[in-house]
Amino acid sequence: MAETPVDARWHGRLALGLLLAPALIWLGALIVLPHVDLAVLSLRERTGPRHYVASLAQYKTFLQEPLYWHVFLRTAVMSLFATLFTLLLAFPIAWIIAKLARGRSGSLLFIVCLIPFWVSETVRTLGWMILLRESGVLPALLVKLGITAVPVELLYRDSTIMVGLVYTSLLFMVVPLVSSLESLDNSLIEAAYDLGAGGLAILRTIVIPHAAPGITAGCIVVFMLTLGNYLTPTLLGGKNSQWFTEQIYTQFITRFNWEQGAAFGFLLLALSTAMVVIGLKVSGQRFGDVMRRT
Amino acid sequence: MSTPDLEADALSKRFADHVAVDSLSFKVERGSFFSILGPSGCGKTTLLRMIAGFIAPDGGDIAIGGNSMRGVAPNRRPVNMVFQQLALFPMMSVGENVAFGLARRGMGKAEQVRRSTAMLERVGLAGAADKRVDELSGGQRQRVAIARSLVLEPTLLLLDEPLGALDLKLREHMKIELKQLQASFGTTFVYITHDQSEALVLSDHVGVMSQGRFEQLGTPQDLYYRPQTPFVAGFVGANNRIAGRATGRDGALAEVEAAGGWMVRALAQGTIAPGDAVEVFVRPEAAILARDPAQLPPDQPRHSGEVQSLLFDGANSAVLLQEERTRREFRIALPQTGQFSDLKPREKIMFSFDPARAVCFPARAGAVLDG
Repeated sequence: MAETPVDARWHGRLALGLLLAPALIWLGALIVLPHVDLAVLSLRERTGPRHYVASLAQYKTFLQEPLYWHVFLRTAVMSLFATLFTLLLAFPIAWIIAKLARGRSGSLLFIVCLIPFWVSETVRTLGWMILLRESGVLPALLVKLGITAVPVELLYRDSTIMVGLVYTSLLFMVVPLVSSLESLDNSLIEAAYDLGAGGLAILRTIVIPHAAPGITAGCIVVFMLTLGNYLTPTLLGGKNSQWFTEQIYTQFITRFNWEQGAAFGFLLLALSTAMVVIGLKVSGQRFGDVMRRT
Repeated sequence: MSTPDLEADALSKRFADHVAVDSLSFKVERGSFFSILGPSGCGKTTLLRMIAGFIAPDGGDIAIGGNSMRGVAPNRRPVNMVFQQLALFPMMSVGENVAFGLARRGMGKAEQVRRSTAMLERVGLAGAADKRVDELSGGQRQRVAIARSLVLEPTLLLLDEPLGALDLKLREHMKIELKQLQASFGTTFVYITHDQSEALVLSDHVGVMSQGRFEQLGTPQDLYYRPQTPFVAGFVGANNRIAGRATGRDGALAEVEAAGGWMVRALAQGTIAPGDAVEVFVRPEAAILARDPAQLPPDQPRHSGEVQSLLFDGANSAVLLQEERTRREFRIALPQTGQFSDLKPREKIMFSFDPARAVCFPARAGAVLDG
């Protein structure tokens, strides 16, 4: 019997559904389900052993306890700055890879950016500690050069955390930037130059508008990674790091207060979602366009 | 006489071991349409980019409007360029594209809009200012690219094969439009192309370029009817090339013996002594066909050949013959009357050409004698 068009369409849908099934199961089981459970957790309060009532107490605690929302704000602001510094550092690198270095040297530079990622993040961060701790390489060098009289402790400062975060995020900014700058036709730059534009005007009117989806994509990824980073702030910042992920860890593992931890998790999720929405609004980009760049 | 808008003086540029532009000197008069015609790799793009300022010359100087351009950056030159791929800014509207250069000069917003709107109107794109670049057709984009440059009132407009990316019909149309635009604006145009038809149709003067030098610089008519080198004769327009040896002189004419003992006569260019290797060029439309020898002009040498194929192309129809003695291809334009459109392959036919309309050059070094 010949297939009717309706049959064919139904078969097409079934095939598509089967193809998507692994991804959907993965999304459902590992992302949606735990989050639903976390949402439920975050919205209840323990009133006695094995006795819970629905309440907003966890969120109230967050607002009433200055330490919590201070850390929350601090994490947000430092993540923003880390994203900004990463962008400023990655842009020239991406420009060199995409426009100035030709052929082999371009891919070589790219590999140089990639190589640190062959080593696990823990080991890389420990590398920073070896360099920066009081008895480490850099303080010893500073003494030897006569810049400081005694070895200085370079760890456990905000700037150290910042350096570590930028270092960890660099590649995730460079990749989308390179791909968006590579697609910029050089003749557009020449045409702008020919029509009387100087370097800054070309950057502002041609390069940045063209690379905007790549810039937005890189910033979103880096901001999310930085916000959710646990290892770098903890190891490089020590007790002073006051990163929000640490608070979540403390609630879940040390205090065994899963309700509070779940609420913190949701606050972090809300923050990164809000930042993405604001970022897209400010840069005038559409989510779909940006995600194609990552 | 006013200062020429463009003057190149012993301009040269070399890349590694390859000379792209070889001490070139020329002038372009104000308000004229000047084309640089040459095959790819002849150095024409390098020359244009030196005029625009993207490449610094190794030697020599360029003066635009009488001022030396040495050390002047592209964004400070009174020159604008229409790029091969047009290079319109996709992130801007049509109006913003046209106003781009005005904005860089720090002109007020209202004045920018007024001038760009007026310019768009002049190129026949009134009302297109708010459109996106990708909403325009190929020909319209072409006009935006020209408007974007002309709105700055440059001394010189450079055009880098701007018709190359268009399809044939549109290219023919744009040729006429370009010529009309140039005439109405009166701006000096410097146009580079490898398409001899574009150069001939558009230009007041053409420089035919090969290996970094001008082979010949003249009006399109000069190039076509009075080529001065074998390269120009072969490159500009269709031509039949006959290689042979000079056997004697008859006034201005050289007598040439080609392979197989075929004797032809042609106007001698340069010094040609008997025994020299030479190249003779005969235009397809210079030859006359006849089935009956009595119909050929009595004072012209007669030749004969065998029809190979008929190339019908409307007004440009031609017949490909195999010349009887040399067995080489010879192309003859068919008369516009439709006569001879009934020629059949392998048919024998007579032809003749006026020796004064054929040219004979000393053979180029390295030219294949029988090629």
